[in-house]
Amino acid sequence: MKHNPYRTEKIAFSLLFLATIVVLLPVILIIGIIVQKGWPAISWEFLTAMPEKGMREGGIFPAIVGTLFLVLGTLTFALPLGVMSAIFLVEYAKDNVLTRLVKLAIINLAGVPSVVYGLFGLGIFVMFLKFGASILAGSLTLAIMVLPIIITTTREALESVPQSFREVSLSLGVSKWQTIRYSVLPHALPGILTGIILAVSRAAGETAPILFTVAAFYLPKLPDSIFDQVMALPYHLYVISTQVPNVDPKVRYGTALVLLLIVLSMNFVAIVLRSKFRKKKKW
Amino acid sequence: MVNNGVKIEVQGLEIWFDQIYALKPLNIQIKDKEILGVIGPANSGKTTFLRSLNRFNDLNDNFRFKGSISLDGKNIHKDIAVGELRKKVGMVFALPIPLPLSIFENVVYGPRRHGVNDKNKLEEIVERTLKEAYLWDEVKDRLQVSGMKLSGGQQQRLCLARTLAVEPDVILYDEPCSGLDPISTAKIEEAMSRFKDKYTQILVTNNTKQAARVSDRTAFFLMGDLVEIDRTDKMFTYPSDSRTNDYISGRFG
Repeated sequence: MKHNPYRTEKIAFSLLFLATIVVLLPVILIIGIIVQKGWPAISWEFLTAMPEKGMREGGIFPAIVGTLFLVLGTLTFALPLGVMSAIFLVEYAKDNVLTRLVKLAIINLAGVPSVVYGLFGLGIFVMFLKFGASILAGSLTLAIMVLPIIITTTREALESVPQSFREVSLSLGVSKWQTIRYSVLPHALPGILTGIILAVSRAAGETAPILFTVAAFYLPKLPDSIFDQVMALPYHLYVISTQVPNVDPKVRYGTALVLLLIVLSMNFVAIVLRSKFRKKKKW
Repeated sequence: MVNNGVKIEVQGLEIWFDQIYALKPLNIQIKDKEILGVIGPANSGKTTFLRSLNRFNDLNDNFRFKGSISLDGKNIHKDIAVGELRKKVGMVFALPIPLPLSIFENVVYGPRRHGVNDKNKLEEIVERTLKEAYLWDEVKDRLQVSGMKLSGGQQQRLCLARTLAVEPDVILYDEPCSGLDPISTAKIEEAMSRFKDKYTQILVTNNTKQAARVSDRTAFFLMGDLVEIDRTDKMFTYPSDSRTNDYISGRFG
């Protein structure tokens, strides 16, 4: 075969294009199958009623509420802690051994398998601190899991604000904290928000961390306090898929669809925010 | 307040960044309301010297220094809080850096942070400083427009107005015209000449001709050393050091 750069170019392009399409395929299939099989189950009753007959009928209301409570609880702990430590790391911490150790620890925290968080939560919050299996213990466990996401995205958002903004502010005799408050945070906010939403969707979708710390197998009532157990969508899905016999598949797929919609819509909001931020960026 | 017309007194100042010896022992007196031009090639220590006057070198973690600097007889590291020092010693940077805010909000950024919130007072500050910076006529009808929409020269005058808004005694210029066209440069220089009765000004510049045009005295730095400081007219006609002569006549640098 004669050397033909034009043909080589065409082959390379086709291969790269094909690879991209193959990546797309599973996403489309997953969403397609779940929507197709789950859509018939979705009704007002399915979303707002208690489960009945050993979860084979009725709705998934307590699982939706439980997931929302867990997300809220997770944010309550992870948001202030994560954002504040990111501000400290970027704006105040000097580059020394301790700082580098902290950064390394955060990266490692992100790599810990989620079931390990579950065990950790069981050991510390459920048993040692005696919170029992509860919204509090589950939220704390999830919070530790999403901390690295929030810290990393917040750090990136802060670092993307030009150093010159800080210098201008400081050169006017403005204090360091006011500089951060008025010249850095406002411009980093959309980036921070994106990270928060990603954290939320992660917290809403994980099963392993809540398995031992909060999730109830079957609890057809709403929680009274943060020391109550709740049902949660991912665990409920696991239960009706593997633990309860003779569940109508459409109930399973319906539950999966609701979970998927919650997580996807959060990701969608994150994407919209990010693109708005990029358009607004004026430097 | 002023000791024999001396505004800033630098005694035995030495500066290191990590292992780099950036400024060799420096003694210099800056007179009240003079314009001191500072010239020298890259890495001569002129910007390091300038940034030591508002303690901007402190932002660098590896910064170490010896010696003392006093402003109106007060040691700037011991007797004055760093925020107060920077209010008194303003700085205009090499590149115009408007904050992503309106023209109005850019100018009042400093005053607002220092607790001025009265609308009339802020409007007064904006009009006064923009007039002083020769920008008022060009922007008075569009103060709510983003400062980033202005041209480079206008942006630099906006930054000058922002510096003036916190009412400094001293203004440091760090190569303020390096990115500007000749007309914008002329406007900044005109503003500097008009400021003579109000502010003490220190101009670091790569442009020796600019120092010759604007400054009362000129200091020449080379490799961290102050080679020579003298009246500008004398320095540019009869420099006492041959290295100064070589530099200003364009033989190196």
